[in-house]
Amino acid sequence: MSEPPAPGSSAPSAVSNGGTGSAPVPLVRLRGIEKSFGDLRVSDGVDLDLMPGEVHALLGENGAGKTTLMRILYGLTSPDGGTIEIDGAPAAIGSPADAIAAVIGMVTQHFSLVGRMTVTENLLLSRAGLGRLDRRAGRAMVADAADRLGVRVDPDATVEKLSVGEQQRVEILKALARDCRVLILDEPTAVLVPQDVEVLFDSIRRLTGQGMGVLFISHKLGEVSRISHRVSVLRRGRIIDTVPTAGASPAQLAEMMVGRPTVGVRRADRAAPQDAGPLAAVTDADAEQAAGLVDQRAAGQPSVAAQPGAVTGAAGPGRAGAVLSIRGLRLGGRGKDVLAGIDLTVQAGEIVGLAGVSGNGQTELVQVLCGLERPTSGTVAVNGVDVTGADPERVIAAGLGRITEDRHACVVGKLSVAQNLVLEDLPRFRRGLLLDRKAIRAHAERLIEQFSIKAKPDDPIGTLSGGNMQKVLLARTLARDPVALVASQPTRGLDVGATEFVHTELLARRAAGAGVLLVSEDLEELLALADRIVVIYEGALVGEMPADEADPERLGLLMAGQIGAAA
Amino acid sequence: MTIGYLALLTAMLTTATPLVLGALGEVITERAGILNLGIEGTMYAGAFAGFLGAELLGSAWWGLLAAVVVGVLAGLLVGLLTVTLGVNQHVAGIGTTLLLIAACDFSSRLRYGGGRLPQIPKFEQLFADVPVASQYLLTYLSFLIVVPAVWYLLRSTGFGLRLRAVGENPEAADAAGISVARTRYAALAIGGALMAVGGAFLSLAMLGSFTLNITNGRGWVCIALVIFARWRVLPAVLGGLLFAVVDALQLQLVVTPQFAAVPREVMIALPYLVVILALALSGRNLRYPGAYLQPYRRT
Amino acid sequence: MSLRLVLRGREPRWLAPVLVIVAVVIVFLLTAGPIRGAGANPQAAYQRYVLTPLTGTASVTEVVLAAIPILFTGLAVAVAFRSGYWNIGAEGQFLAGAIGATVVGLYLRDLPGPVAIPLALLAGAAAGVVWSLLPALLRVRFGIDEVVTTLLLNPVALLLVQGLLNGPWRGSNGFPVSDELGPGYRMPAVIPGSRVHWGVVIAAVLAIAIWIVMSRSATGLRLRAVGLSPAAARFSGIAVRRTLLRSALVSGAIAGLGGADQVLGVGHKLSQEVSSSYGYTGIVVATLGALTAGGVVLVALLLGDITVGAQNASLVLQLPPQMGEIVSSLLMLAVVSVLVLRRYKISWRRVAARSPGAAPSPGGSR
Repeated sequence: MSEPPAPGSSAPSAVSNGGTGSAPVPLVRLRGIEKSFGDLRVSDGVDLDLMPGEVHALLGENGAGKTTLMRILYGLTSPDGGTIEIDGAPAAIGSPADAIAAVIGMVTQHFSLVGRMTVTENLLLSRAGLGRLDRRAGRAMVADAADRLGVRVDPDATVEKLSVGEQQRVEILKALARDCRVLILDEPTAVLVPQDVEVLFDSIRRLTGQGMGVLFISHKLGEVSRISHRVSVLRRGRIIDTVPTAGASPAQLAEMMVGRPTVGVRRADRAAPQDAGPLAAVTDADAEQAAGLVDQRAAGQPSVAAQPGAVTGAAGPGRAGAVLSIRGLRLGGRGKDVLAGIDLTVQAGEIVGLAGVSGNGQTELVQVLCGLERPTSGTVAVNGVDVTGADPERVIAAGLGRITEDRHACVVGKLSVAQNLVLEDLPRFRRGLLLDRKAIRAHAERLIEQFSIKAKPDDPIGTLSGGNMQKVLLARTLARDPVALVASQPTRGLDVGATEFVHTELLARRAAGAGVLLVSEDLEELLALADRIVVIYEGALVGEMPADEADPERLGLLMAGQIGAAA
Repeated sequence: MTIGYLALLTAMLTTATPLVLGALGEVITERAGILNLGIEGTMYAGAFAGFLGAELLGSAWWGLLAAVVVGVLAGLLVGLLTVTLGVNQHVAGIGTTLLLIAACDFSSRLRYGGGRLPQIPKFEQLFADVPVASQYLLTYLSFLIVVPAVWYLLRSTGFGLRLRAVGENPEAADAAGISVARTRYAALAIGGALMAVGGAFLSLAMLGSFTLNITNGRGWVCIALVIFARWRVLPAVLGGLLFAVVDALQLQLVVTPQFAAVPREVMIALPYLVVILALALSGRNLRYPGAYLQPYRRT
Repeated sequence: MSLRLVLRGREPRWLAPVLVIVAVVIVFLLTAGPIRGAGANPQAAYQRYVLTPLTGTASVTEVVLAAIPILFTGLAVAVAFRSGYWNIGAEGQFLAGAIGATVVGLYLRDLPGPVAIPLALLAGAAAGVVWSLLPALLRVRFGIDEVVTTLLLNPVALLLVQGLLNGPWRGSNGFPVSDELGPGYRMPAVIPGSRVHWGVVIAAVLAIAIWIVMSRSATGLRLRAVGLSPAAARFSGIAVRRTLLRSALVSGAIAGLGGADQVLGVGHKLSQEVSSSYGYTGIVVATLGALTAGGVVLVALLLGDITVGAQNASLVLQLPPQMGEIVSSLLMLAVVSVLVLRRYKISWRRVAARSPGAAPSPGGSR
């Protein structure tokens, strides 16, 4: 077997060809893969192939569809359309057993290990029959696979007692023990400390040297550049492009990953609310969306072009000073800290945009701010009131409005719109011992009108579209006139009209003097709305700049961990 | 105060047999991730099926076979409800128990009217006059064969490995190519059979007949024992023996002057209270099987 | 080929009632065989079960009487289940309530009616609270699953009853049945001369109160939110643990009230048979009643109807009365099973990668 080609330096066809000169057969070829969950299209005609001995990176944000694609390949989900070929022949992969039979192995971000069993037992899980367990053979299998990987593992160690890096190695051993020839690694370095990353990369090189093909899913440019031969960029369920890693600059890749402004829609600018008028120059497709017919993320959120010379705007009248103060916020996790000491202040009348690829701590930060999670250390203050580790009740009382990314965890699906609208604020709607239904209804009707929610007060909120549900959440939060606002992915999955609406509201809040922390994976959104932008990477803030000095490439690089890289 | 230790031991082993069998059955199903509240009904149905089988077909062995069949069916019913349909496990279990008990009482009433039920060909004790060793064959089989077999099954077979994986982390088991549903069904079937045999012991061995309320809540005791034993086989057996010894002891103590004042009910209640106490003391760190009570669906 | 349940998008309105009817039909079909086997005509049997008890005041009286205890336990269980607290211990709480009323009735014998009865009821409710306290605390403080803890206290409650009846409360005639409670402790009849006692009014008032609280008050809304989505409730600032604790204790109180009411209204003494599985039947009632007060009332009456009808059928058709319990438990299982289909649809899927025109091949290639 020839020496493994240096990653990033050679085209895949030079790899393990056997020298016959004929076109090598890809280990895996995906053609036209389609998948929808309900109304949301997650994979939209994906073509991808993997050659033997190659590390093929799949780059993209979470929500781009990488994980779903891999789950399809591994049989955990079935595609709605498209084909899979293994070694050039069509394969039907309807379950993990089929994938295993087709020599595909997968290591996910959430390990599928049974914590209370030993390493050997975990490996035996997919190989043992029903009868007597041959532990000795199992141990030999562990030793054998560990050898191939170039690591040492104690076969009788209980998995839950191992370190995260060691557990990941066990996951890889599992795949090896089943003689896989295709290894899918889904964000493998997300929970690893740097030393473990090195060990992993060494192992990957060894394996590809043995002819294995590796699908490496990541959003970290630096690692992708180091380890892969080719990289495919996935965004919103579509492959944007597949390029040899050697020839692609980090800037190019970053741009592909987060997206350039697309032609078509000019949306409301960042001026004061009264100027926030509707669109001009809409395309047909966009008009359809605006009519609310389609609520699909993949249909493409209109990108927002930052108006040249947009007014950053002075803070609105009234409140001044910090409305949200975060100091030294830390949150421990498995392996390494999820939040590694965050210092952030949001002033009254400003929008601070928090950019970052999903999975770098934003979700957890928002959870802590909302009162749903206790930080390990550090403080959070809302309008001067210390709410560190407080329950949601107190956080709400301190005047923090919250919009989180998981709408379904914020509303009770079976209760009505009106009921959800008052859920945070029940004492206000009491009359005597009972609730004042007329007042609740009037309140709901007012908000429905004000926020253009397409629903009646008595509709169960679970039947609303994503956009309308988000409007309800928005209405609920904003109706209390919060002095500080945390909005996380507020326009995810919304159509044009709803997105605009949210943006308008956020700007209105800002003008009214509230401070907003806007957490979003959509750079355009941040660029259009924020006064300044900070970037979070691996639990720490890595860059900050005024919005009008920011540009997508630079932000993309920061988001992908290339600190200090030239723009 | 004379306690007949030998008599105590003898009674203990006998009384413990249905508890041990039921508890082992429940261990198997709970280790696979299903709380089977149908155990009381299954044991009851096993007792009745055993009785009926023996009465109709003339031998206790036929009765035993009938009990096994009924137990498997009961387990499969719970499986249909909880595994395939994903019905809430509490509702499914209680419903099954109520249904099975009502069905047995109905059948019994139908066949025998409301009076006393006949004696049936029953199992006899082996070594009839030897202290301690005079136990039913079923008791011998339970302690000497079933207990080690279940222990071995869970610990040292591929099936047991799969079962434990399914109960701890069904996603991992699924990813390893194991059918979560089929494994759970199998666990319920085996567990159901054991529970039913435990119930049959009451009618085919201890009583030699059938009465309403023959199980008298033993199924719930088994549930308690399983948690008390932290889902492990040997502690469950010990728990069963402990419960049985207390039960046998209070029969003796009730006639001794010092203990006459202590109501026997207190003694019988002790095991339940001990379990609740145990739960209270260590329950928050109790490592339930990872997937306890959660139906598994692959989207 | 595999049978799978796949999440459906939206639930049409007509689906739930239709599915319930399907469940009823299923129960009818499943029980037709055994009924025939018992030598009776299924239609005639069901007629006796459901319709006959409603003819004639005497049997309507019996229906109402039969419905009262399970109305209490049904309400108790419904309140708990609604908040996500799985109270399987209504049986024990019911018995505790009976004990509580008996304590008052035996030791404070000479109190007059207007004082005695409310006192006894209060004692019953309090006893129910006490009986539900430990599992509730264990759940709220330590996260210990309440199913087992509440369940285990059921036999303990029965043992307590038996212990008391075999010991200090043994009747003067030597049997394990208590003496009669003081004369003030008889629940008067609603209609003079009938056996229907004021317990039915108390139960009805309780049902209305629960309905109002659940549907019209802040407490009820919070409780429902906690049961439907603890995460969303927490997010909205609702104190989830406090809500659960309150719900558990209220549930115990209601079940205990039912036990006290039973002693005061029927028998006027404590015996081991004071509860014929009312606590467990309460689970059936609550589940079938969709955890609503109105539903519980209707189902309690329905099951009371069936119970009386089953007695009748056993006399007339020689059909053992236990068929009534078979019907009720089978109905519960059928309804919950069939209602699962509201959220899912069954799909026969060939286990193969989807591609237009490609022949699915099992197993893939090596």
